[in-house]
Amino acid sequence: MTVLEISDLYVRFGEILAVRGISLTIERGQTHCLVGESGCGKSVTALATMGLLARGGVRTATRLQFQGADIAALDETAMSRLRGDKMAMIFQEPMTSLNPAYTVGSQMAEVLRRHRRLSRRAALGRAAELLARVGITAPGLRLGQFPHQLSGGLRQRVMIAMALLCDPELLIADEPTTALDVTVQAQILRLLQELQRELGLALLLITHDLGIVARMAHRVSVMYAGEIVESGPVADVFLRPTHPYTRGLLDCIPVPGKVAPGAPLGSIPGVVPRIRAGFAGCGFRDRCAQAVTDCAMGTPLQQASADHAYLCRLPREWTRDVA
Amino acid sequence: MSIAIEVIGAQKRFRGGAGLFGRAREVRAVDGVSFSLQTGGVLGIVGESGCGKSTLARMILGLMPASGGSILVDGQDLSSMDRRARARLIQPVFQDPYSSLNPRQSVEEIVGLPLAAQGDVPTAQRRARVREMLARVGLGPDHAARQPSQLSGGQRQRVAIARALVLRPRIVVCDEPTSALDVSVQAQILNLLAELRAELGLTYLFISHNLAVVEHIATEVAVMYLGRFVEQAPTADLFRAPAHPYTRALLASVLTPEPGAPIPDVGLGDTYPDPANIPSGCRFHPRCKLAQPGCALHDPAEILRDGRRVACVLAAA
Repeated sequence: MTVLEISDLYVRFGEILAVRGISLTIERGQTHCLVGESGCGKSVTALATMGLLARGGVRTATRLQFQGADIAALDETAMSRLRGDKMAMIFQEPMTSLNPAYTVGSQMAEVLRRHRRLSRRAALGRAAELLARVGITAPGLRLGQFPHQLSGGLRQRVMIAMALLCDPELLIADEPTTALDVTVQAQILRLLQELQRELGLALLLITHDLGIVARMAHRVSVMYAGEIVESGPVADVFLRPTHPYTRGLLDCIPVPGKVAPGAPLGSIPGVVPRIRAGFAGCGFRDRCAQAVTDCAMGTPLQQASADHAYLCRLPREWTRDVA
Repeated sequence: MSIAIEVIGAQKRFRGGAGLFGRAREVRAVDGVSFSLQTGGVLGIVGESGCGKSTLARMILGLMPASGGSILVDGQDLSSMDRRARARLIQPVFQDPYSSLNPRQSVEEIVGLPLAAQGDVPTAQRRARVREMLARVGLGPDHAARQPSQLSGGQRQRVAIARALVLRPRIVVCDEPTSALDVSVQAQILNLLAELRAELGLTYLFISHNLAVVEHIATEVAVMYLGRFVEQAPTADLFRAPAHPYTRALLASVLTPEPGAPIPDVGLGDTYPDPANIPSGCRFHPRCKLAQPGCALHDPAEILRDGRRVACVLAAA
């Protein structure tokens, strides 16, 4: 069952085009990873989906459906009823998304009182239940604490528990472990996988970390300069990367034992362009070793295999042949 | 081969306030670290946040006095050196090029400042050396007049590297130099640091939480836990056969990009290390799956074998 379907989403901030016609779907119980470098539009995509764009951001899409219903036309009141209820989101830095002036318990109870009209007592009971569910020992104690009294890993667990309060169908997680130590990161990612299996969550996971993508995603979409340049099942994209940017990105990351001592890492020269209205052609062509003159014209979406697409005019044999 | 840095029993203690009525707590951020690093080597220091790795870096840079122990740089005691002499020997590159560069100065002024601070380099010569250094880190003369806000993150980190190298120091302390950068830019900076080391014969102390980055750049690796080195070994040895249970847990937490591979169970439990409350005996024992009754009582002696140091009783067998 398709939980989220986005077609041809555009987001602009004045002259700047942050997202340029992306499409993706997420099925129940599946994880779709959006991966890319800073400024590629992955977070803006998440915020646009949740109706949380900053002032000045303009969203258009030919289709924006949540559980089969159109959410593009919903007004702010209707959207805010959905947010934190059936669509939930967690952010990178839990310290900035938790209110420092309220206890964990009162922040969690607030969500339930608002969306479910539960009594304070019932809300706190449910909150304690979810804290226990995300692996927090002594939930009663934590409910009475303030965010600054918790470690980073605990705060992120609280954020996850809070997102799950109303049994969401879709969880959007924007770099949920980037601020955490690697040891804690593994615990949080395992927790998300467990919860997904148990609750059938559709997870849109936004990250810059290809190691997380490889191990968490069912499908992956690689974003560059506001576009999805390659997407497919995670094994296809990692084992047969076809877009020159995806290939470059995979070559850049140090992997223990892969690069000989003293040998340089692969790198992508140049910087990401700012895409303004009227930009034409492939956004990656200035940094692409394989670019040809025609790359200044439109870029076709090609199939690398039945379920694996890439946005580049070069035939897949070409892009893959380069060592 | 000469020794570039020698650290003997370095300690750093902070007096931490514990609120209005609490007893003042003492934080032992660095709690007896000793090592020596050969000229031309790269010592990677890894560990979780709060393990004391950045404090150690700051002490070695002379930005923070040690509470105990001694630090010798190029054979001279750091505490007996004046600021200018120290700056000629050892220089930093920090994590965040957005906050470590003065936003009101031009690139030329930023990179030239260490030379100006020495006081004996004529302006014309200063200018030439700045230009030369900028070229060496891959920045053109057109970048010299710009301010940091007009540069990308990768370009800013190049400026920080040029500033660190303009005095031709022997040692560079890199504290998470690529953590704020995107992966494609990280690769450029790591390649640049490797080239510069080979070309200028530099010695690096390279602090990072990213084990894959450390594996790539370091010649040896030290694993730090609650203010101590619990294991130190040549990089290939450490990654091939980690001896300390904590090293094994850290290595297990590296997520290599293998599609479909599971998220590892690192097995460290929920207790979090607190430098204000260092456990008795082996400081790692509350999180150690292999801990034995004696581990809570006795601080393990360091075992030296085949160029590896490890502080764990299990490694003695």
